[in-house]
Amino acid sequence: MDNREKVVVVRDLYKAFGELEVLKGVDMDLYREENLVVLGRSGTGKSVLIKIMVGLLQQDSGSMEVFGKEISRLGVRELNEMRLKIGFSFQNSALYDSMTVRENMEFPLVRNIKNLTKKEISFRIEELLDAVGLPQTINQMPSELSGGQKKRIGVARTLVLNPEIMLYDEPTAGLDPITCVEINNLINEVRERYKTTSIVITHDLSCAKQTGDRMAVLLEGQFGALGTFEEVFPHAEDQRIKSFYDYNFINS
Amino acid sequence: MAGQTGTRKHVFSKKIDAFFKGLADAWNFVKRFFQEVFVPPYEFKEVIHQCYRIGVESLPLISLTGFIVGIVFTNQSRPSLSEFGATSWLPSLIAIAIVRAMGPLVTALIAAGKVGSGIGAEIGSMKVTEQIDAMEVSATNPYKFLVVTRVLATTLMIPVLVMYTDFVALMGAFINVNANELVSISTFFAQVFSSVTFLDIFSSIIKSLFFGFTIGMVGCYKGYNSSKGTEGVGRAANAAVVVSMFLIFIEELLSLQIINLFRMK
Repeated sequence: MDNREKVVVVRDLYKAFGELEVLKGVDMDLYREENLVVLGRSGTGKSVLIKIMVGLLQQDSGSMEVFGKEISRLGVRELNEMRLKIGFSFQNSALYDSMTVRENMEFPLVRNIKNLTKKEISFRIEELLDAVGLPQTINQMPSELSGGQKKRIGVARTLVLNPEIMLYDEPTAGLDPITCVEINNLINEVRERYKTTSIVITHDLSCAKQTGDRMAVLLEGQFGALGTFEEVFPHAEDQRIKSFYDYNFINS
Repeated sequence: MAGQTGTRKHVFSKKIDAFFKGLADAWNFVKRFFQEVFVPPYEFKEVIHQCYRIGVESLPLISLTGFIVGIVFTNQSRPSLSEFGATSWLPSLIAIAIVRAMGPLVTALIAAGKVGSGIGAEIGSMKVTEQIDAMEVSATNPYKFLVVTRVLATTLMIPVLVMYTDFVALMGAFINVNANELVSISTFFAQVFSSVTFLDIFSSIIKSLFFGFTIGMVGCYKGYNSSKGTEGVGRAANAAVVVSMFLIFIEELLSLQIINLFRMK
């Protein structure tokens, strides 16, 4: 019996887009303060899973409970309250390109936490920019930032609302190996400093190994394997998982 | 053969389904505006920012176009009036044409091209790069921030721009009339104001409000529903212009019928 608190419970989750079935009965538990890495090839529904978690998509059947509440049954207000507890770091950072870094971070803060003074807002923003190592970018536009910097600012923007769960969608996609390591370190730092529970969506095994407590490999709409990196990968019997491992490590 | 007919039927019915689904989506999108516009929180700062953008961005083009329309229309009307020795009626004729129809129509068409396409492309690109999703997951209402503010801004600014276009077009007309008929500015504008009625100005403003609403709403709808990829952004911008212009002409025709009913009373 595992006594740890479950913050996300997924049961028999189905999602299809037209005739394309993406998730076919996914079961998953996420425990408080753990980092779960969801791996899989492109188009296997990894991002769909976390988009259902924040209500951007709705499942066709099955349940997705976050903090004991079924996401698909929440009204607009309740869903927004839930979203405040979940930070979502997008694959392409999704920074608002017409706003400076400061305005990007102010945007969710001033709209969700009332009665903050200008000083308090500035303090919070500067504190988080320090935490991600980019205090100098505060007045820059997103177009002036590198890919790695955008990812860091994207993470800082999600942290501005003090989320309890962090969802990282392909955090290292399109980055050079050194920046990848920096982003992996940042994910670990965020967990240690802010005590967050995280799901990292990736197909990068280095990222998975560095950041994950447990791995979940999505194969043809279901989790084909679930466990620590050592349990899932090096001695995998499933040819699909084995080739995924071999390909990643031969190429890196 | 039977299979082919069946497939054709299927494609045809699918297109009809898509058309009505599109209409229902558009209706819901418009309905949502009225549900959200009166409910706090209000994004006043963004509305003012958008009003400023729309006004400033359109001003140079509208000034030039309005001025040229005034000159050209005066020049084209003169020969017909001079046949009857009625060139002294030029200021009245031009004032009525500009205030009733040309000012609102020219402004709306230019704004549809400049502002509508800009809104379509901007929101479309935000959709494609997941910026709208990012707003949503941070518990912020993207519809309120992006759509309500822009539609309010176009609805408020197009009437202001129409009045400005009327003025600039009348100045263009005056320069032409002054050069040919040696009419002073006071005489010209006295004639303009004596021929334009309250109904003309009022109907022009009301019509412009509808034009502005249409431009903003179509731009936002097309952007908000753009499909993935940069091609989708281009399509959204293009469709925003085409659909807005089409609707503006229909609104112009409808408003003409309605205003004529008031004139007959």
